[in-house]
Amino acid sequence: MHYPSLGWPMPAPSRRTVLRGVGGAAVLGAGMPLLSACAGSGTAADPKTVTLGSNASDAVPKKAFAEIYAAFKKQSGITVDVNTKDHNTFQEQINSYLQGTPDDVFNWFAGYRMQFFAGKGLASPIDDVWQTIGGNFPDAMKALSKGADGKYYFVPISTSLWGVFYRKSVFQQYGYEVPTTWDQLVALCKQMKKDKLVPLAFGDKDAWPALGTFDQINFRTNGYDFHVELMAGKASWTDAKVRKTFDHWAEILPYHQDGAVGRTWQDAAQTLVSKKAGMYLFGSFVAQQFTNQADLDDLDFFAFPEIDPAYGQDTVEAPTDGFMLSKAPKNKASAVKLLEFLGTPEAEQIYLKSDPSLVAASNKADTSSYTALQKKAYATISGAKHLTQFMDRDSRPDFTSTVMQPALQKFVRDPKGVDSLLASIERQKKTIFASS
Amino acid sequence: MTATSDTGIGTGTTSTPGTAAVPPPGPPNDMTAHQKKRLRVRLGHRRLLTRRDRITLGLMAGVPTILHVALVWLTALASIALAFTTWDGIGFDSITWVGLQNFRELFTSNPQFWPAVEHNVIWFVVLILIPTPFGLFLAVQLDKKIRFSRVYQTAFFLPVVVSMAVIGFVWQLVYNPDTGLINSLIGANEPGHYIDWIGDPDLNLWAILIAASWRHTGYMMILYLAGLKGVDPSLREATALDGANEWQTFKNVIFPTLRPTNTVVLVVTIIEALRAFDLVFVFNKGAQGTELLSILVTNNIIGESSRIGYGSAIAVVLLVISLAVIIPYLIATFRKERRA
Repeated sequence: MHYPSLGWPMPAPSRRTVLRGVGGAAVLGAGMPLLSACAGSGTAADPKTVTLGSNASDAVPKKAFAEIYAAFKKQSGITVDVNTKDHNTFQEQINSYLQGTPDDVFNWFAGYRMQFFAGKGLASPIDDVWQTIGGNFPDAMKALSKGADGKYYFVPISTSLWGVFYRKSVFQQYGYEVPTTWDQLVALCKQMKKDKLVPLAFGDKDAWPALGTFDQINFRTNGYDFHVELMAGKASWTDAKVRKTFDHWAEILPYHQDGAVGRTWQDAAQTLVSKKAGMYLFGSFVAQQFTNQADLDDLDFFAFPEIDPAYGQDTVEAPTDGFMLSKAPKNKASAVKLLEFLGTPEAEQIYLKSDPSLVAASNKADTSSYTALQKKAYATISGAKHLTQFMDRDSRPDFTSTVMQPALQKFVRDPKGVDSLLASIERQKKTIFASS
Repeated sequence: MTATSDTGIGTGTTSTPGTAAVPPPGPPNDMTAHQKKRLRVRLGHRRLLTRRDRITLGLMAGVPTILHVALVWLTALASIALAFTTWDGIGFDSITWVGLQNFRELFTSNPQFWPAVEHNVIWFVVLILIPTPFGLFLAVQLDKKIRFSRVYQTAFFLPVVVSMAVIGFVWQLVYNPDTGLINSLIGANEPGHYIDWIGDPDLNLWAILIAASWRHTGYMMILYLAGLKGVDPSLREATALDGANEWQTFKNVIFPTLRPTNTVVLVVTIIEALRAFDLVFVFNKGAQGTELLSILVTNNIIGESSRIGYGSAIAVVLLVISLAVIIPYLIATFRKERRA
């Protein structure tokens, strides 16, 4: 349920407050979808208005999107009627929202999560939009925007990136080198420990950050193809390859920050800010915790080091956010125009001016105003052979939230019982993937 | 429990009282003053219950009944039915009948299920063994009309007024392993001797139970205080005259008279243990070590691609446990009423 809000993480209280209400009802009620489907109501089909369901409830992205819609109105004369919902509530209610009377266009995420709703017939294909905007995107993004049926369903707007973040000044002070191989990483961890630093900051209280660590180690150890198969429920979790991933993880686990399961990612990020930790494997939105400009300028990252030379560093985890068209939009012609506009480099630039912790999905967007960090993230993404989303976007969210999140928390706490843990994951995976 | 009593009232009041019992109005000549008065009352009854009144009464009783049946009973029954299916919550045609498979999976391969059951039981045992006697102790002390009694009462009762979620936030600040009160005071936030109150499965359940007990104590105290106010003062006088000491008085006289309060306390504590949710959800979302049935239900049902069938199966287990506790209580209560 509580998926990482990778683009613009929400402060926890609002999500919890809302969930309490929903959760209480769900204990008794069998999730009657129609009861809660009271989302945006585009009652009058005004040809000059497009309704849009937005999960951009945080101040920064909300303002950024508002500027995009203003620019769209200026260009086309079409008003975007935005129905903003709390970021996490939006995710939790997406099921009933899309089955009720959804807005014409809505915010969503690329990858399996997009394909799931496309496959259920809750979104309209937008191949016509892509005929216009296709030239603006690299092939990796095109692949991310397609449903399982090969049709386009998604217009990407921004991407965050997962890597190992560190402070340049700390590396300078101790004379550390950026590690490019696994052995160098382990050696660096050892050295940092000697220097009384926490080698790897880590907080897994929200249960999803560990999914990112697994992704990195797994696709470096076993390659992109195996990772995708594993996420799709095809490969077995009891495979020796998966065991190898966990062995690697167990090797560097002692260098992770103590007591990760009790710490939020924000608190973990603070240890990097305060230079108590040397590195932090996380998404680029960790930058949001660097409120002091000088600290932010000091922040840098490197791609997760190579483990198997056969795969090198060819895969990069880059969760992408964007827009979809609902199943029966009231004003399809205008909605298509809006999506075409959202797929232009201009729209992305307007967005990124306001939120510099992400990078554009389009390769046509002007990168000259990027910060050094954004430029590097952009270069890393465009140089990658494969892009992954994030475990809960690449796999069934019900599997990742009810099975993988607790399982990885267990592993992080006690890395010894891996074999029985993997057997348990595999058993549960089979039943979940067998249903529907 | 509230469910049954509500429906009872609902169906009972829909019939209009008094209409059948009215005798044909005879000539009022040879009536005494008393009879005249009674007749007036009866006629008054009649006049009060116009057609409109009956409709009003019908609506007043009927609408809540319909709402209650639809929102409580139908959903509960739907949950039971869904427990034998798999359903992702999208369209009714995707509901697939799977028989007992959800339960089989739950009992055999869900690593969180048995810990959750165990934690619900521990929750009850701890609440009944620690805060309940402590609440009773406080109540007995406060009942002695000591000075500043009101201040103490307020202090102990304050946590009960605060919502569980808020209590969760407050105690999180106390337990936060990096910046929390405890670890900062005892210096347990350094590598090497780090105490992870929230993440360590050997600690976090007990940490949360302290927070829950903190609240429960005040709750119990108020219940017992009310019970103690009901103890006949002459009983105390009699024991004093017999020369019993304080403990003997309490053990042999006061405590036995608190029997009805004890029943209420037991039921309230069972309910608290079964519905435990908000505190834990705020604290660490039922992660390692603090799993609860209610949280498992939520985790499976809420979300973008929900396992509604599976979540319902867990809810049914919770329902069965609740009924197993409530039915004997109701039977005992009704039997007592009939005897009285």
